[in-house]
Amino acid sequence: MKVLVPVKRVIDYNVKVRVKADGSGVDLANVKMSMNPFDEIAVEEAIRLKEAGKADEIVAVSIGVKQSQETLRTALAMGADRAILVIAADDVHTDIEPLAVAKILAKIVEEEQPGLVLCGKQAIDNDMNATGQMVSALLGWSQATFASKLDIEGDAATVTREVDGGLQTIKVKMPAIVTVDLRLNEPRYASLPNIMKAKKKPMDEKTAADYGVDVSRRLEVVKTSEPAERAAGIKVGSVDELVAKLKEAGAV
Amino acid sequence: MAVLLLAEVNDGELALDATAKAVAAAKSLGDVTALCVGATAAAAAEAAAKIDGVSKVLCAEDAGLGHRLAEATAALIVSLAGDYEHIVAPATTDAKNILPRVAALLDVMVLTDVSGVVDGATFERPIYAGNAIQTVKSSDATKVISFRTSTFDAAGEQAAAPVETISATENPGLSEWVEDKVAASDRPELTSAGVVVSGGRGVGSEENFAMIEALADKLGAAVGASRAAVDSGFAPNDWQVGQTGKVVAPELYIAIGISGAIQHLAGMKDSKVIVAINKDEEAPIFQVADFGLVADLFDAVPELTEKL
Ligand SMILES: Cc1cc2nc3c(=O)[nH]c(=O)nc-3n(C[C@H](O)[C@H](O)[C@H](O)COP(=O)(O)OP(=O)(O)OC[C@H]3O[C@@H](n4cnc5c(N)ncnc54)[C@H](O)[C@@H]3O)c2cc1C
Ligand SMILES: Nc1ncnc2c1ncn2[C@@H]1O[C@H](COP(=O)(O)O)[C@@H](O)[C@H]1O
Repeated sequence: MKVLVPVKRVIDYNVKVRVKADGSGVDLANVKMSMNPFDEIAVEEAIRLKEAGKADEIVAVSIGVKQSQETLRTALAMGADRAILVIAADDVHTDIEPLAVAKILAKIVEEEQPGLVLCGKQAIDNDMNATGQMVSALLGWSQATFASKLDIEGDAATVTREVDGGLQTIKVKMPAIVTVDLRLNEPRYASLPNIMKAKKKPMDEKTAADYGVDVSRRLEVVKTSEPAERAAGIKVGSVDELVAKLKEAGAV
Repeated sequence: MAVLLLAEVNDGELALDATAKAVAAAKSLGDVTALCVGATAAAAAEAAAKIDGVSKVLCAEDAGLGHRLAEATAALIVSLAGDYEHIVAPATTDAKNILPRVAALLDVMVLTDVSGVVDGATFERPIYAGNAIQTVKSSDATKVISFRTSTFDAAGEQAAAPVETISATENPGLSEWVEDKVAASDRPELTSAGVVVSGGRGVGSEENFAMIEALADKLGAAVGASRAAVDSGFAPNDWQVGQTGKVVAPELYIAIGISGAIQHLAGMKDSKVIVAINKDEEAPIFQVADFGLVADLFDAVPELTEKL
């Protein structure tokens, strides 16, 4: 079985985001970028499936600016076999919407015929939580979102999902789209030899036009602003003082 | 203009708070039709009919809609979509599972976790873990939206609106439910609780979490946790508060042994009063806390529980 893993290049999760003064967006020039953390979990899961003999090839895909090839190299260094870079933007500030990403991914799925697509649950930049579900809809495939456990047996996958009430287990027909949650696994670091080897692994370069997908936005960004600031608080010296302050504030 | 609102129904029961908050958010967009879906949904439909602002309820009961699996539920919503300009829901894990699928089937973008309504096409939503608020204007004919419940007040009650029974569409049969693991609890639900007490890695173990729970019970509060506490097995996954967990905005939020990473702040910084107890006076959580106590939690929490 072939596994397709879409990986997004996003601002590193440790970086403090700065909203541009003119309200046009978030400053991404000269900011540390990394693979979306959920996508690292997806790549790791694909590698574990391969190690368990359930997958034979892992293809990583990234859609965005040319620099996304760095993200793909990371996936290759972790253990993906080859990569597809789809250039769909020139400016690092352009975010391709999940619907357009999903349309491109659906086209790639038609070409590559994987048995499984492993997406992250959410990109930590736009916080959309949508792409996997959309790919699944476009392909008419089954979907299992927010996976914390994945078992593939024959033509079905049993997936435990993290939901509001706790955990839900469902069984989906293969081929399927699974979006991964935080507790699925702990991603490995790429070793230096594997980083060197990854440089020689194949990476195809395509454009959105190659797939005939229009990536223009459906949601026009009117403005981007800072969230409301909280008023500065105080430090209290003891539990007694804390209790007194909470009573004063009417909070207890 | 008409709005179709997917009510939150769990095992036949209406999640009133989440649904009523979504109704409040959606009311300004037009006439709200609530859709109750499930293997059983009649009781939920009756409850939804009494939410102020609901003008009609559609009730779809079918074994194939049990547990609201995404494929069958999305297919049903798409079959109804022609009559509505907005398709909305509270931003629960269920809706996050279903709505993007609906949107893609309609060839429109989805707007997730919307925190503000500007007009019928323009909405605000937090991005980058709430470190920026983006205002976006949709050019799509149908707007598919999930509303972040923590930013809207629940709609009140009204005399019951009419309920109409509808049939399910054909089940694509792509997935089946196996089991739910839901811990029963007498505590209030995390996203609707007035007080939330959360523990982090500093709490140290699952056993020690009993201390957090004792304080919560004293206050009639819900219990929350940081990702680190959940990852370490101190607390179940559904307690996680944050960017990729639940978003809460209670009257009082008490963070204990939590450092205050941006991903955690994303889920609680709109709380009215924030208390932080942490032994590290440099912990970033103190930057958002109204009342910060630099102390060892193993001393401070039992003392606080006793003195409240
Ligand atoms: C993709 C992604 C998504 C994430 N989503 C979330 C999310 O939704 N929610 C979330 O919470 N995190 C999330 N995180 C994780 C986040 O970045 C932090 O790692 C996490 O919040 C840290 O949890 P913590 O504060 O409990 O642990 P730590 O950062 O380890 O802090 C523990 C704190 O306890 C204090 N402490 C220790 N012992 C004591 C004591 N005896 N008395 C008093 N204080 C004590 C320490 O001083 C320290 O400040 C996410 C991360 C990523 C990459
Ligand atoms: N531009 C992209 N390139 C590759 N994968 C993407 C891209 N955007 C989203 N994805 C995938 O979809 C998941 C969810 O993203 P989102 O729907 O934007 O929150 C991510 O974790 C990735 O797996």
